[in-house]
Amino acid sequence: MATDAPKKLLEPFFWTLFSAGGVVAALLMPVHIFLFGLAFPLGWIRDLSHTRALALIEHPLVRIYLFVFCSLPLFHWAHRFRYTLYDGLQIKHLNEVITVFCYGGAIIGTALAGYLLLSLP
Amino acid sequence: MTPHEAKGATQYTTYHPRWYRTRVSTYWWLGKWYYLKFVLRELSSIFVAYFVVITLLQIHSLSRGPEAYARFEERMRNPLMIALDAITFLFVLFHTITWFNLAPRAMVVRLGGKRVSEILIAGSNYVAWLVISASVAWFILR
Amino acid sequence: MAETIQLEVTRYSPEHDAAPTFQRFEVPYRKDWVVLDALNYIKDKLDGSLSYRWSCRMGICGSCGMMVNGEPKLTCATFLSSYAPDAVRVEPLRYFPVVRDLVVEMTDFMVKLQKVKPWIIRKEEKSIADGEYLQTPQQLDVYKQFSMCINCMLCYAACPVYGLDPLFTGPAAIALAQRYNIDSRDQGAKERMDILSQHEGIWACTFVGECTEVCPKHVDPAGAIQQYKLTAAKEWFKSLLMPWGAK
Repeated sequence: MATDAPKKLLEPFFWTLFSAGGVVAALLMPVHIFLFGLAFPLGWIRDLSHTRALALIEHPLVRIYLFVFCSLPLFHWAHRFRYTLYDGLQIKHLNEVITVFCYGGAIIGTALAGYLLLSLP
Repeated sequence: MTPHEAKGATQYTTYHPRWYRTRVSTYWWLGKWYYLKFVLRELSSIFVAYFVVITLLQIHSLSRGPEAYARFEERMRNPLMIALDAITFLFVLFHTITWFNLAPRAMVVRLGGKRVSEILIAGSNYVAWLVISASVAWFILR
Repeated sequence: MAETIQLEVTRYSPEHDAAPTFQRFEVPYRKDWVVLDALNYIKDKLDGSLSYRWSCRMGICGSCGMMVNGEPKLTCATFLSSYAPDAVRVEPLRYFPVVRDLVVEMTDFMVKLQKVKPWIIRKEEKSIADGEYLQTPQQLDVYKQFSMCINCMLCYAACPVYGLDPLFTGPAAIALAQRYNIDSRDQGAKERMDILSQHEGIWACTFVGECTEVCPKHVDPAGAIQQYKLTAAKEWFKSLLMPWGAK
């Protein structure tokens, strides 16, 4: 029986975000990339007019959807990329820098998404 | 006990002859197709983050008015952009497929004492994916 | 006229060599021979100084793990016919220090195995008079796959995370911890969670999955680790939201 409790890691929390982000990315991203990245620009489907897009995004549920769409996959990237850098580049001494860069980036992206979606007319 | 540097001479440590430790190459992942697939799977997360950035730019341009939005769409039509988006699409598809195929290993579902087959769990993920994708597409295009 | 096959075997004697070298041997090729038979032939007839571990020669003791043509294999279960007529390269198990020839130093694994407490932990033991700990076939089925581990360490040789970070607890140790966690007779899950929910425990694993590919007993250590991560995450949120519910 250890007298000092083991360090309470944040790791399970970030792993949960990674998993949630992975699910969101897996389920939602392909159709978005197909429509906005390929079908609309290539003219396969008539694309969204500005008014129509604004009308769609007006609904608060759509804004929440987009917030989740932008935020969770970023945390998925952060966790995965952090381990890729850590294992791939074998740069243990940069461990803290990598962690801050990755999760910090995700937090900034999340904040940006929140700000953009809240400040829409 | 540090790895040896000297050549030839026996280097006894306090308790045993010098062990030999091989250094792991930075390119360990090129040694096998399975490892390469793993690294590509991990790199797909970069493309996921990239498209989130594109989406953020899209929302930003929406809020700036019709001219900004038109400029955004113009940039999306750039052939280099389309090529990049095509590659992004393939990598994110790769993420989707590997994710659904691996998920059953992490989530064991037991019904009536017996483990539900992994193919069933993965299959239901794919069905959900198709249904959700169709719903999103319908919502955007209707 | 008899067919032969070439074996390229790692030789390393710390008294004479600075680094391992290869030595070629020509051994008879028999269709039913495994790599271990070829190694035994070398030791019997060609070079008695060749050192390697083996015991049961039937894939249950886990002693004879080595790299055969770059893949972690049990040499008693790897047939020469899979490689003939090409030469077969036999090297010591990867990611472990080499003691001599094909023998590796496995203390690191033994230490980690012990660390995860792979035995039934009870808060209170039943007295003898109360009888055995009963278990239904369904309860056995829950952990049976993970109990098949023969401690052969092929999964460690396959795991790039272990190769890059020797502090990593490793596939077999974590799978065995999980085997006891989900055993209905065990009450030590919290104790093991404290030990394994650490950076060099389950969280270092990135689900490469190669450990499962090479396991000769189909234990699926990768699956065990991911299940453990899910349990650890649930426990983390539970302890956050309901700290008074701690056992």
